[in-house]
Amino acid sequence: MKMSRYILIGILLGFILYKSEAVSWFRIYEMFRFQSFHMYGIIGSAVVSGIFIVQLIKRRHLKSAEGKEIVIKDKIRTYPRYLIGGFIFGIGWALAGACPAPMFILLGAGNTVFFVYLVFAMTGTFVYGILRKKIPH
Amino acid sequence: MLETLFNQFRDFIGQPWPWYVAGPLLAFVMFILLYFGHEFGISENFRLMCAADGADSMNEFFKIDWRAGEWNLLVALGAVFGGYLASHYFLGSQNDLAHISEATVNSLNNIGIKVHQGTVPLIPEFISWKGLLSWQGFIMIAGGGFMVGFGARYAGGCTSGHAISGLSALQLPSLIAVAGFFMGGLMVTYFIIPFLFK
Repeated sequence: MKMSRYILIGILLGFILYKSEAVSWFRIYEMFRFQSFHMYGIIGSAVVSGIFIVQLIKRRHLKSAEGKEIVIKDKIRTYPRYLIGGFIFGIGWALAGACPAPMFILLGAGNTVFFVYLVFAMTGTFVYGILRKKIPH
Repeated sequence: MLETLFNQFRDFIGQPWPWYVAGPLLAFVMFILLYFGHEFGISENFRLMCAADGADSMNEFFKIDWRAGEWNLLVALGAVFGGYLASHYFLGSQNDLAHISEATVNSLNNIGIKVHQGTVPLIPEFISWKGLLSWQGFIMIAGGGFMVGFGARYAGGCTSGHAISGLSALQLPSLIAVAGFFMGGLMVTYFIIPFLFK
């Protein structure tokens, strides 16, 4: 089935972030205290490999599974939204010790309190949708 | 024979994964999604879930065909399964420990979070249903969730969308977003968390 592949990708993502301890509140605290290379190693090596992959896709004009050329859209070039939005996101990340992917993984691992996080994250997204036109982008 | 092989495989997977395994595998996840025509970004699911729950009739930001994002919801569902499998069957001999540095253990003890090297759990006890009942726990779990949901959509992406996909594609906006993540995170780690545990 076509859709089951996405579940498999999600399972892989779950294993990566769980087994590398990136889902740990303590690891996020440690990262923001600059007391270990671990999290920087994960993000850094992901980005270095990612740059290599993206350059390969662009230069070789790699095709997707459907036979179309893979296009990676450029992000819109404004600044306030990335800085302010990123700042707010960072506050939440350090408080809860989990960004969105680890939240789903921890729910599966039995930390059911993250259901509260999920409901509030949806609320936050909803409030953003309402305020969107009134805040600087 | 088959059982031994399986046990060996399980023990192998069950070890803590070093950063140089996790990082390239995350890039592989990004690549596989690109190959199937999608961009890696987990926080988009909050918007899809809002839309699916009826927010599409309340606000135009949620007037999206959430079924077109079904693939992403399935990745999130897979992550839930992955978390279940990893934590129930692939714990290894190290169990659910966070192998944080000695310096971090000391810093935590200094601000009043009591932990001992070698027995630090993945998730602290204050991130729990019991913790949620205290105002500090509520700020961390509910407040943190709200800020993540609001900030991720405001910035147009989270760690997967900006720090991994965006930086890999050499996007300046993503670099700014990541700088923002760190400004917010550093402020909380140095000023808010010590205050919460005073």
